[in-house]
Amino acid sequence: MTGVQFLFYAFAAMMVVSALMVITVRNPVRSALFLVLTFVACSAIWLMLEAEFLAITLVLVYVGAVMVLFLFVVMMLDVNVSRLKEGFVKYLPVGIGVAGLLGGMLTWLLYNIEASDLKTKMRTLYPPPAKAADYSNTKELGEVLYTVYVYPFEIAAIILLVAIVAAIALTFRRRTKTKYQDPVQQVSVKRDDRLRIVKMNSEQKK
Amino acid sequence: MITLTQVLILAAIMFSISVAGIFLNRKNLIILLMSIELMLLSVNINFIAFSYYMDDLAGQIFVFFILTVAAAEAAIGLAILVVLFRNKRTINVDDLNEMKG
Repeated sequence: MTGVQFLFYAFAAMMVVSALMVITVRNPVRSALFLVLTFVACSAIWLMLEAEFLAITLVLVYVGAVMVLFLFVVMMLDVNVSRLKEGFVKYLPVGIGVAGLLGGMLTWLLYNIEASDLKTKMRTLYPPPAKAADYSNTKELGEVLYTVYVYPFEIAAIILLVAIVAAIALTFRRRTKTKYQDPVQQVSVKRDDRLRIVKMNSEQKK
Repeated sequence: MITLTQVLILAAIMFSISVAGIFLNRKNLIILLMSIELMLLSVNINFIAFSYYMDDLAGQIFVFFILTVAAAEAAIGLAILVVLFRNKRTINVDDLNEMKG
């Protein structure tokens, strides 16, 4: 076993174990933290597959932003964990059954592709020759992203903008109890709004 | 040397774990969202693997867009979750049964 293989197996095992912890742990906060570990292990595997930019993006955007958002929400909500775990044992057999069937079938299929004579025909089973030392994944990605894929890139920007607007619009609430001054009303007030001159006869003491 | 098959099997295992997560935690909306994130991650592993072994950058571009959409989805999903909790004081899927036709 070479060093690269050992690293791959180590990070893959880390990923699988922490993913299993994500779905089985009782506390949602721990679950979110294990999801962070899964993402970090996954980004290590992406680094081995020479997708450096996306590996860093995964750590920065996913661990740094999305998972922090998850943690914020999990900690803000005061949920009753024991009630949420009620059906866990009941659904355990069917969950393991479906997942085992799916995973077993996919693994069997992939393994048999490697074992069959397709192996010789599929050149894609083996890694391509190593890139030059000054090859930059980020630069190549950027060159393609801003030329060929510039239109999808703009659409992605619009999607993010819509997501920001939607998230703020959904959670924004105007507080009714707080009292605050409205300067516009204060400035534009007229004399007649505040002052009333009443004509009346003088009162006489009898 | 890592072969394509090893990476694809890893992605398949991750995907089935997240499917199991959806079955096991069908009461807890937060874990359901996390399972969806895991599914997207395993699909992304497939894209990156094929991008590397076929020496084609298109797969990585696609992962870039999937990450964008997943971030948007997580933001909106969590916003809905917060509004839901504010109105009903619960995130149990069983309590959210007002829309049955």
